[in-house]
Amino acid sequence: MTIFGVLHILLFFFVVLALTKPLGAYMHAVFEGEGILSKKVFGPVERVIFRVFFVDAKVEMDWKRYALSMIMFSAVSMLAVYTILRAQGDLPLNPQDLPGTTPHLAFNTAASFTSNTNWQSYGGETTMSYFSQMVALTVQNFVSAAVGIAVVLVLIRGFTRKSTSDLGNFWVDLTRCTLWILLPMSSILALLLVSQGVIQNFDSYKEITTVEGAKQIFAMGPAASQIAIKQLGTNGGGFFNANSAVPFENPTPFSNFLEAVSIILIPAGLTYTFGKMVGSTRQGWAVFAAMSVIFLAGTFFVYNAEQTGNPTLDDLGVSQSYETGDLASSGGNMEGKEIRFGIADSAIWAVSTTGASNGSVNSMHDSYTPLGGLIPMFNMHLGEVVFGGVGSGLYGMLVFAIISVFIAGLMIGRTPEYLGKKIGPKEMKLAGIYFLTTSAMMLLLTAVAVSVDQGKVGPLNAGAHGYSEILYAFTSAGANNGSAFGGLTANTEFYNTALGISMLVCRFVPMIAILALAGALANKQKVPTTAGTLPTDSPLFVGFLVGVVIIVGGLTFFPALTLGPIVEHFLVNAGILS
Amino acid sequence: MLQNTFKDLRTTIIAFAAFTVLLGLAYPAAITGIAQVVFPGHADGSLVTRDGEVVGSALVGQNFSGAQYFHPRPSAAGADGYDAGASSGSNLGPSSQALADRVAADVARIREEEGLPADAEIPVDAVTASASGLDPHISPAYADLQVARVARERGLSEDVVRDLVQKYTDGSTLWLLGEPRVNVLKLNLALDEM
Repeated sequence: MTIFGVLHILLFFFVVLALTKPLGAYMHAVFEGEGILSKKVFGPVERVIFRVFFVDAKVEMDWKRYALSMIMFSAVSMLAVYTILRAQGDLPLNPQDLPGTTPHLAFNTAASFTSNTNWQSYGGETTMSYFSQMVALTVQNFVSAAVGIAVVLVLIRGFTRKSTSDLGNFWVDLTRCTLWILLPMSSILALLLVSQGVIQNFDSYKEITTVEGAKQIFAMGPAASQIAIKQLGTNGGGFFNANSAVPFENPTPFSNFLEAVSIILIPAGLTYTFGKMVGSTRQGWAVFAAMSVIFLAGTFFVYNAEQTGNPTLDDLGVSQSYETGDLASSGGNMEGKEIRFGIADSAIWAVSTTGASNGSVNSMHDSYTPLGGLIPMFNMHLGEVVFGGVGSGLYGMLVFAIISVFIAGLMIGRTPEYLGKKIGPKEMKLAGIYFLTTSAMMLLLTAVAVSVDQGKVGPLNAGAHGYSEILYAFTSAGANNGSAFGGLTANTEFYNTALGISMLVCRFVPMIAILALAGALANKQKVPTTAGTLPTDSPLFVGFLVGVVIIVGGLTFFPALTLGPIVEHFLVNAGILS
Repeated sequence: MLQNTFKDLRTTIIAFAAFTVLLGLAYPAAITGIAQVVFPGHADGSLVTRDGEVVGSALVGQNFSGAQYFHPRPSAAGADGYDAGASSGSNLGPSSQALADRVAADVARIREEEGLPADAEIPVDAVTASASGLDPHISPAYADLQVARVARERGLSEDVVRDLVQKYTDGSTLWLLGEPRVNVLKLNLALDEM
């Protein structure tokens, strides 16, 4: 580790910390329809929109109607994406005459973008027309993110309301989140990115002759508008194959900083929004603190592993030491990393993108050192709660909080309660469904893939690392993350189908469980806070929460990780290659 | 209940259509319009011209193998490297024999090209493929390694070439963001101009 790298990581964290409160307060005002802006500007526009939508904003839904609306909206989204991708060859804005995709790729991509995963079995510049990128994929980048935020709003209302089944209106939440949060932020970010050199045009690919006389083809397209929302909405689907490592997608250290902050900005801000909504910002900061502890620990761990480098290269006459001055060199493990980002920027991104269910990359995780690549997987195994996906990260962490008060309650012999709601058997069952669904899908499908021939042909790398590629794929799909150990050849009928099903199940089953949980909580009375109430905004509880997150994630996946990155770590250090 | 479901289905279709027009067409079109007016060069790929011909992009690396040029990093994009229509890293893992073989071969090649002793250490970026396969930069350390060869081939003094390298070296942004780096295309174009 170097002092510059450490300071860089801290700068990144403090920028996010500084933005959490203002953004969280703004989002609170938008969701509650409060404040000057909401009353004078947003309100009148919303009234027109809701009339067109046939929505009565005053009518609230119970959890079942909310869930059904969410499912219907997602199903229509999926159908539209599938149709556009299949029909791509006959649609406009396709200067490269790219043909319609195969059915299994269209299914996988539709499932992927509707579920806010943005796993990509394809290379953007070689597969997707501008029309598909914009009308199919950019739209889902927005609305799938808004759906996630809508669901966490419902869960928070479950805590704040009592003896009711009214949990808000899906259409109101979806619209407000899209129009007043995601769209303005994306527009600003997109233009900032263009100022750094991210491309935004409708030209056909440019063929040029290089200085030495070779042919070079530049893929073009409306990239900035999609990249902005793919970062802000924890989507992560790149415009180009190599995602935010591609210079046209992420050209400078400054564009990189903007994009990296954007990954966890909204998830971080939502913790403050949560605190405001439950009437105690300390509760929000407690959740923020628990996320931050795991985030910083992971970032320093990955940074250290990558800066130390690959021991194999040391023996081959390669210098991996960090140097400054006229002979400056980033040092470290630079396979699959860009010079303009170096090690620290890559580590920050790798931990942010996997902690936050984003899945975009600015370096290739497949080429990370074994332990450097372990943390991204581990982050996803924790359930995407280290800031997490927009909305989904917070509801995941709140479920962990419920489990924590339950365990703490058992230890001290008290009825568990969180934010004034008693946690009973029904709530715990729903929390169980929430976690077991994703864990089971990740592990069972990995087991299937390493057992059948269609799965075994996938990995690029041999040995333990090849297994890690498969484990990473099903981890990423189950966690709705979307990043990959990119060596895996995933654009096959087997992987497209298995991963597509996994993404859908692991998005919508837990979401329905959350909505049901909100319904159960809202029905209850509030219990008054007494001297015997376990405080959930204390450092002690934050530490306990972190422990529960690590133990639940760790114990479930430790055996699976042992076979992959941990074995590989010992092999590499013993000089055994495969 | 059923009546509500039909109502919500109607709203689903209207809302989805409206969001598609707004977010899928109007938003990218508006951003493109503004970008093309405010940052036209940037929005089109920061292309670099010489004698009126486009020879590359300031942001994207390209192959250089001639002895009179600075060489870029290895690239896994496309069959021959630096294919800006097929970005890709190598995706070789840390325990990969193929990676070790490729690095060993590149180390030997660079030592020979630069006339270095057989135990000379090579900066890591010189023998590792970037994430995109399109990295436009090399480290100042790798540039320095190439100064002697380029100067010799061009009949320039090493100090002149070294000064030029410094000129095309970018430092970290705000001291912390990113790493010091040399833009290979800009440097080689400047050499050709001398």
